[in-house]
Amino acid sequence: MTTAFLPETGPETAPTEEPAIGTRGLRASVRYWLGNWKLSLGLAMIIGLTGFSILGSYMVDFDLTKVAAGDFNARPSEKYLLGTDNVGRDVWALIIHGIHPSLKVGLIAGVLGTAVGVVLGVVGGYYGGNTDAVISTMADIFLTIPSLLILVVLASYIRTTTLEFTALVIAIFAWAGPTRLIRSQTLSLRERAFVPLAKLSGQSDFEIAIKQIMPNLLPYIMAGFVGAVSGAILALVGIQILGLGPLFTPNLGMILQAAYEGAAIFRGMWWWWVPPTVALMIIFISLFLISLALDELANPRLRERAK
Amino acid sequence: MSLTYILRRLGIFFLILWVASTLNFVIPRLAPGDPIAALIGDMEEQGATVENSAELINMFRERFGLDDPLPIQYFKYLAALARFDLGYSIRFFPATVSQIVAAALPYTIGLLTATSLITFVLGILAGALLVWHTTPQFGRAVITFFMMLAPIPYYLLAIIFVSVLAFSLGWFPYSGVVSVGRLPEEGFDFGYIVDLVYHSLLPAFSIIIAGVGGWVLGMRGMMVTVLGEDYLTLAEAKGLKDRRIFLRYAMRNAILPQFTALAITLGYVVSGATIVELIFSYPGMGLRLFEAINSNDFPVIQGITFFLVVSIAVAILIIDLIYPWLDPRITYSRK
Repeated sequence: MTTAFLPETGPETAPTEEPAIGTRGLRASVRYWLGNWKLSLGLAMIIGLTGFSILGSYMVDFDLTKVAAGDFNARPSEKYLLGTDNVGRDVWALIIHGIHPSLKVGLIAGVLGTAVGVVLGVVGGYYGGNTDAVISTMADIFLTIPSLLILVVLASYIRTTTLEFTALVIAIFAWAGPTRLIRSQTLSLRERAFVPLAKLSGQSDFEIAIKQIMPNLLPYIMAGFVGAVSGAILALVGIQILGLGPLFTPNLGMILQAAYEGAAIFRGMWWWWVPPTVALMIIFISLFLISLALDELANPRLRERAK
Repeated sequence: MSLTYILRRLGIFFLILWVASTLNFVIPRLAPGDPIAALIGDMEEQGATVENSAELINMFRERFGLDDPLPIQYFKYLAALARFDLGYSIRFFPATVSQIVAAALPYTIGLLTATSLITFVLGILAGALLVWHTTPQFGRAVITFFMMLAPIPYYLLAIIFVSVLAFSLGWFPYSGVVSVGRLPEEGFDFGYIVDLVYHSLLPAFSIIIAGVGGWVLGMRGMMVTVLGEDYLTLAEAKGLKDRRIFLRYAMRNAILPQFTALAITLGYVVSGATIVELIFSYPGMGLRLFEAINSNDFPVIQGITFFLVVSIAVAILIIDLIYPWLDPRITYSRK
């Protein structure tokens, strides 16, 4: 049936010049992506962790995350699955209620950063000239300045009290990476044959940018988004370890910071610092796997040899 | 190297400094109220007694000219920065911010220069070897393992290292930069240097291991592209030695984008290293920053940020000036 239209050797021989976007290419892509272990594993990890945290939040009492909810410094036991910290908060409850707020910050900052990045990147890459010079220089400079440090200055003046506000602050720096990525891809897409063709058929620059360039940018937009989310969570936890994060909503950075301040490592309280560390590792590794897979989508030469 | 190229790079150097210092100027003024009075009020609220607070406030007001209109404040601020005059520490008054920074900067610069160079060289070599046909399977597996560490943040590795290698196994000291009470003796003190390096090993490992994977990834991607080029086939057909093709033909070309990436990632490395310093109580800029945050010492927070940005800008300028020597095309491509 329709599969007869697929190239016999599968997506490996998909032309590398044009991204696979047409219906035929799309089907080949879907088949390829279902079989990509990096994408499936990465997605499974991040979805699993999010589900665990959100479902768990309904099952584990939120009050257990409050100060003096239980014994102090208790080892893991039947009563306290992952023990308690030095002010009597239940670590298991903290972790469950703490994962999804951390992810939410990444999501907010990631969406904002990517949206700005797509607009600036396409404008800069497509129109070129002075606009592009300004946009790309600013993006480079914002990448160069250690964002964590500026965020630290900002956070120390405006002691942030909510995670949402922190997310907005982090988004100030989240646009530079996606902008750079999208811009460089737009630059190369602009040179493709379909752009002058669309121009000849009477499409305006705006239409070309939306209808011709954007769909081909999709893998890069996704890659930029994943990078921005991961960078935002990295920055959030960084600010928090320095003691500048919001302290009231349970979240992974807060647990880690409390464990660091409370010398959990040197008191042998592994149940306090290991769980947030592991949860963060799962987040970063899963996002990394997804972005590796997206890289392969964008650059087919990186794909593993098909069996 | 053309003059215009150098001028352009210098322009970017000053642009970085200008953006960073302008952010540093704008941010405190976004906060409601008088920044100096507010922060001293903050400190007193938290129970800290600030001696001569009125005098301190006046001094700051005068120094920053907080009664001047904003544009004049801004130019005075830039002029003071150009002289590296960042005012006084609130916590260690009358010590100046520059003095505090000067004491911490060598540690950070030393640690970062050494680790960045090691990470870069290790990373690009490993990344190139990962896709080179003569690399044994075992080697590839090891490199892939380190590549998979790429997404793990500096601070998580540092925490794990402190816990396992320093605390549980006791192989390394877990804080400080020399043994407690150890001071350098007169003249050349070899033992002191050994002690210093030994204390720096674990922070350095954290930075290197957290960073190397990123370079492996970037270099692998570029090598894959280069490996498809005709000039490699030609080099092989000419009967050149495999090693020569690897180093002078494949790596030589794949390395160029990595150099650009080096400039871009420095800021990220510096951010990461700041927290690593904190975790290891390594007396560099990161630890001072943390102390300043905890005591609301705003001038020091800003001073450290500014000096770290200056260091990065200098490093980028150096990379930019070396780059045309590596890639002669660059001088011609820009008008």
